[in-house]
Amino acid sequence: MKYADPYIAGVGLGLVLLASFAFTGRGLGASGAFAGDPWLLCELGGVIAGGFLSALIARRLTLVITRGPRMSSRSRLVTASIGGAIMGVGAVLARGCTSGLALTGGALLAVGSWLFIIAAFAAAYLAAPFLRKAWQ
Amino acid sequence: MIAAFLIGIAFGFALEQAGLGDARKLAGQFYFTDLTVLKVMFSAIVTAMLGVFWLSRLGAIELARIYVPETFLLPQLAGGALFGIGFAIAGLCPGTSCVAAATGRGDGLFVMLGMFGGVLLTGSALNAIRGFYESTSRGALTLPQMLHVPYGVVVCAVVLMALAVFRVAERV
Repeated sequence: MKYADPYIAGVGLGLVLLASFAFTGRGLGASGAFAGDPWLLCELGGVIAGGFLSALIARRLTLVITRGPRMSSRSRLVTASIGGAIMGVGAVLARGCTSGLALTGGALLAVGSWLFIIAAFAAAYLAAPFLRKAWQ
Repeated sequence: MIAAFLIGIAFGFALEQAGLGDARKLAGQFYFTDLTVLKVMFSAIVTAMLGVFWLSRLGAIELARIYVPETFLLPQLAGGALFGIGFAIAGLCPGTSCVAAATGRGDGLFVMLGMFGGVLLTGSALNAIRGFYESTSRGALTLPQMLHVPYGVVVCAVVLMALAVFRVAERV
């Protein structure tokens, strides 16, 4: 599927983050919505609407279970739930996720955010060889 | 609240445009077959970082009014590591799982459900682990403060690092 250039999409995402800083005094977030933060629940509602709108315009709406070529749909839903749950534990401990901690604090040069980015990528790369069957 | 919703729309739109609702694309990051995650993340961080730096320097925004995520060294190290493992298994992160679900990908919905379970579980066990959760607190510490280096110098260093990363990424 043909998507936007990653650098252009990234600059677009950065401008959204900048607008959020300038107009609301806070960055983006996602995991906090799962803990019931009202502001982030509204934002996540927007994320769902925006993602839907973008896929609608680009004719990318679908009904699939995205999985590795060697994985059944059923086991993919199991790994999706397990991965989600582990991320949930990590996001509570770290007080944020890729949006609220990595992107937001990364742009503000927060120490904990860069620590989180390094820890998350390092752990993902260490785990990836054991998950090869799931994805390749 | 309306602002949050509008920002969310733009956020979700950008993620979908980049293709980050597709778990295989995200998982490709960890096998060096698709570096979209890295490119999008770092160009977003650099863009917003430069924007905040210059707008505050020009007096258009007040830095003190922007909330900086607080640092808790050990919880963020451990939480980050767990998060990364979960990310590699799920192929989606919290924000992108919502985009995946919104575009009709069932796996996105299940990542969201798992995420909800994990957050709920940890939230209810928080009292038991509060000692660790509150440990190694450093407040709203930033890299320039920690390194005793001017703000602009760190901004410049991050830009140079990102450019180097992009250069390597284009060769993969």
